[in-house]
Amino acid sequence: MKQDSNLPLEYSTETNEMNILGFWIFLGAEIMLFATLFTTYFVYVDRGVGSGPAGSEIFEITPVLIETILLLTSSFTIGLAVHAMRINRVKAMIGFMIVTLLLGAAFISVEVYEFIHYYHVGATLQTSGFTAILLTTLGTHGAHVTLGLFWGIMIIIQICRNGLNARTANKSFIFSLYWHFLDVMWIFIFSFIYLKGMM
Amino acid sequence: MDFLDRFSIPPHDDPMLYASIVAIGLVSIAIVAGVTYFKKWGYLWNEWLTTVDHKRIGIMYIISALLMLFRGGADAVMMRLQTAVPENSFLNAQHYNEVFTTHGVVMIIFMAMAFIIGMMNFVVPLQIGARDVAFPRLNALSFWLYFAGAMLFNISFVVGGSPDAGWTNYYPLAGTEFSEHVGVNYYNWALQISGTGTLMTGINFIVTIMKMRAPGMKLMKMPMFTWSALITNLIIVFAFPVLTIALLLGTFDRQFFTNFFTTTDGGMDMMWANLFWIWGHPEVYILILPAFGIYSQIIATFSERNLYGYKSMVASMVIISLLSFLVWVHHFFTMGQGAVTNSIFSITTMAIAVPTGIKIFNWLLTMWKGKIRFTTPMMYSVAFIPLFTIGGVTGVMLAMASADYQYHNTMFLVAHFHNVIIPGVVFAMIAGLIYYWPKMFGFMLNERIGKYAFWNIVIGFCLAFFPMYITGLNGQARRMYTYSEATGFGPLSMLSFIGALLLAVGFVLIVYNVYYSFRYAPRNVGDDPWNARSLEWATHNPVPEYNFAITPTVQSEEAFWDYKKNGYKLFNGEIKDIHMPNNSGWSIIFAGIFFVFAFFFVFHVWAGVIIAFLGIIGCMIYRSFEKDDGHHIHKEEIEETEKKFGGAE
Repeated sequence: MKQDSNLPLEYSTETNEMNILGFWIFLGAEIMLFATLFTTYFVYVDRGVGSGPAGSEIFEITPVLIETILLLTSSFTIGLAVHAMRINRVKAMIGFMIVTLLLGAAFISVEVYEFIHYYHVGATLQTSGFTAILLTTLGTHGAHVTLGLFWGIMIIIQICRNGLNARTANKSFIFSLYWHFLDVMWIFIFSFIYLKGMM
Repeated sequence: MDFLDRFSIPPHDDPMLYASIVAIGLVSIAIVAGVTYFKKWGYLWNEWLTTVDHKRIGIMYIISALLMLFRGGADAVMMRLQTAVPENSFLNAQHYNEVFTTHGVVMIIFMAMAFIIGMMNFVVPLQIGARDVAFPRLNALSFWLYFAGAMLFNISFVVGGSPDAGWTNYYPLAGTEFSEHVGVNYYNWALQISGTGTLMTGINFIVTIMKMRAPGMKLMKMPMFTWSALITNLIIVFAFPVLTIALLLGTFDRQFFTNFFTTTDGGMDMMWANLFWIWGHPEVYILILPAFGIYSQIIATFSERNLYGYKSMVASMVIISLLSFLVWVHHFFTMGQGAVTNSIFSITTMAIAVPTGIKIFNWLLTMWKGKIRFTTPMMYSVAFIPLFTIGGVTGVMLAMASADYQYHNTMFLVAHFHNVIIPGVVFAMIAGLIYYWPKMFGFMLNERIGKYAFWNIVIGFCLAFFPMYITGLNGQARRMYTYSEATGFGPLSMLSFIGALLLAVGFVLIVYNVYYSFRYAPRNVGDDPWNARSLEWATHNPVPEYNFAITPTVQSEEAFWDYKKNGYKLFNGEIKDIHMPNNSGWSIIFAGIFFVFAFFFVFHVWAGVIIAFLGIIGCMIYRSFEKDDGHHIHKEEIEETEKKFGGAE
């Protein structure tokens, strides 16, 4: 395989370059996916409440803030992991990736707690159009994070086994794009679902 | 027995259903027995089922599309037969509902989509001088996911019952209250699976076209079909996620009792219509743009002139792709938006006629003063222009929101969209298939039989659909399984039925032509049987595995024409080892597990769903750890192959 030493390892082969471009296009599709969910949410947020609770009655700021801090921090640590990769510090890179995944796991745990809370206050998937789209949007994001956790573990195992090479560097970089994307989506969820809902 | 009851078909005491079950069973046994008898399992598995070659995947798409064409066509003939005379009792109301639903879904999703993606698969890498697509394995997965979705949709007919809420699947009709049996669950899952495959195709082809063009082929030097493929795939990537969500919410409504599209507890049934058409309208441009691309290739070739207005062709496609996302409300002008909303969407809809009109004039001007050769592909292209224009004009009629109150949900609408889809997409696909047939198989289809088929199809089309314009304006509603004699729709509907029969004869003739030409057509057609213009004709017929022995260097829009006539050099350098991807059974197994997953989900068999889900995870983990660097075809092998074709240039 041709390798160009002027480029970072993750871009060093033609296949790698195409993988990264392909993933960017995939993220474009993901933006459409979340945009559809957000649009549907905005349609239902006032008119789809029915006899169920409105957002302001069920949202709690504490778990949401904790989730936000956890996920934003994890986005920072995955950035550090890619930086460590660029300067070829494999141990530091793996460390930062593990921290990222732990923060992600913590995020999911708090989200599970949040969902249980919604269940107890009578906001289930079946309650109303509004609760259904709320839980579907949050759930889609949560499912993406969960998938990311397993994906990240696979990549860490492969780096431990094979070290840093064009293939593993490429995978790690693409994973970081994915993780940042989930963070951006969360910022939208935080602003337009929670903050707007609590105002 | 309670467990098995769910798989039975809801009673409509119809002997035809049981006849179909027997027929499907017998055909399956015949296929398995045939392959075993001729000892072809190894060949089938090694050369086709596990292939990652874009040409073979393209051919498999096209074969599947043709199978679906006959399934959907049988549905169509049944509908025309039922409505041929007033008060007919050939099909009952429920059965008729199922037939028009499956006709629509099969034709759009599993026939037309598969056909255009098959064409893109076969042609695009050749047109840009690439070895394969960017992600060959993903490409195979796309195909098998599509195939799994198509099979899932088709077994609904005999296991559990077909969907019956129309291909648009509007709620609350598609909800559990009015459509109790599992049919719509099938609809949701079959479209979900094949839609995922289509999204992957979209990503794959954008990267292929952006990154893998032959040296010298700038974007504005790409052949027009490749341009249309690029724009189409961009639309796919931005439209299909909307369908994914719409189907997900529909699945939740039907299988987890949520209230997205219900009429209680904050549910809004119009939300489905909006989401469906935000995907659905771009979808019709996903179908038509590659067809435009095919016509551009064919008309230029058989007029022996370069395509008129290349830049305006590209620009009009870009404009169409943008406008396609801004017109979806015109599908339901009568469903309660205000006058302002309807007016805006009315104007955006009419605006699409402008870039489309530009394309029509460009094709006409390409033929102007050209040396026109009336081969079968060219005849389809020439028939397309006036017929499609009629369809376009009735489209502008429908686009007028206030007038639409007269046309909405009548046979006028049915006539309109068949008038754009059949001369637009179906003619293009048949023409493209005949045009690229020598490229695929190394021999030509018989022109004389092809022309008989053409006349049957064109006359059949006019007879089948033009009467519907009239009955529609007279108030015949679509999707009605029968009508009284007093309405006076009888004679025109009979005419329509005769047209449908002619169409059917035309398609049977095409199949006969394949058989006939396979038996009798000469095999030494050379590399350029049509005197063509673009790069895909610069390699051999049929195309060797590696496409081009030497990567071509492109200097102009019509690379192959300029190479033939103007002495531009196409192949610089010498033959080297070529790197190719490895075959893999992973894609078909992965898609097979998806099929099982969705099948169990349709029937709420949760144990099966969980096991299949673990299988999906297992496949993904396997793929993550797999190391596959492909293989090389050696220089000597290539030289030998090239010698067989008469030597490399």
